[in-house]
Amino acid sequence: MKRLAMFFIGGVVFGIGLAVSGMTRPEVVLSFLTFDDLGLLLVMGTALAVALPVFQLFSKPFFGGDPEPFSAALNLRTVSGSVLFGVGWGVSGVCPGAAIASVGTGNWPVLVAVAAMFVGAFVQGKLMDRGSAATESTTSDPSGDPSYPRNAVRGGAPG
Amino acid sequence: MAEFFPNGVWTYITGGALIGVGVAFIFVVTGVRAGASGVLTAALGYLSASPFIQSFRSERAWRLAFSAGLVVGGCAVALSWTAVTSEAAGFEPTGVDVWRLAVGGFLVGMGTRFARGCTSGHGICGLSSLNRSSLIHVIVFMGVAIVVARWIGPLL
Repeated sequence: MKRLAMFFIGGVVFGIGLAVSGMTRPEVVLSFLTFDDLGLLLVMGTALAVALPVFQLFSKPFFGGDPEPFSAALNLRTVSGSVLFGVGWGVSGVCPGAAIASVGTGNWPVLVAVAAMFVGAFVQGKLMDRGSAATESTTSDPSGDPSYPRNAVRGGAPG
Repeated sequence: MAEFFPNGVWTYITGGALIGVGVAFIFVVTGVRAGASGVLTAALGYLSASPFIQSFRSERAWRLAFSAGLVVGGCAVALSWTAVTSEAAGFEPTGVDVWRLAVGGFLVGMGTRFARGCTSGHGICGLSSLNRSSLIHVIVFMGVAIVVARWIGPLL
């Protein structure tokens, strides 16, 4: 419970940052993508300036254990995913974290985007099931993505 | 400078720093590098028996807590802003077409889950971990988004 509260608190700070920076407004994100206002680069740069040294230098979580390993797979499936994400982001100016925080700011039309994200994630899950059922008869996953079937250890997936 | 940042730089710098503090805090306390898009699959576990979707069950609680925090954080800023300035400037409902939100949202949901990360998972956590794969993902999704927003989106 205490651990969950920490995720909640971190999420609140993250959400405040998204709202203060205007990233909760699709218009502001789109104005970066069209190079009318490069603010998003500053947001990302400052966030990295804070998080990068912490991620690199800190190795003993207060709640014990080791930091979870970060894994990001690079293969046809995951890169195709980033292409789809890019198309959707470019069309709408909406990405997952910012959309969730945006709903909190009262930007109710963004609920449409969040609902559509769940539909997209559902379709992706179903496609993953089909893919793994098709490859079960063979010995290995041809995509080379070691993340699925996922092992019992929690973590791995960053998003 | 004003040419690149017509709305000033301080909201971006302050907000970005807070975003960094949020993920760094979670990492320091729990050892988890929290991204946002995983909640999409994890929360679907309540509705779907899909083996893939169910494989996110162990992450579901923290992802929901994190997402609840995002909503509360956004709400806190909008409420305090409107209380101080007594106007909703900057927090009006978006004027982006509903079809764009629907189609874009669908592609973002499916794409980020195939990519296993989004602007926070690959962008902030991946780059802060100096992960080469995440860097390539960021270049791909940002490059595609720029092309779509600049040259294709306006035609739609």
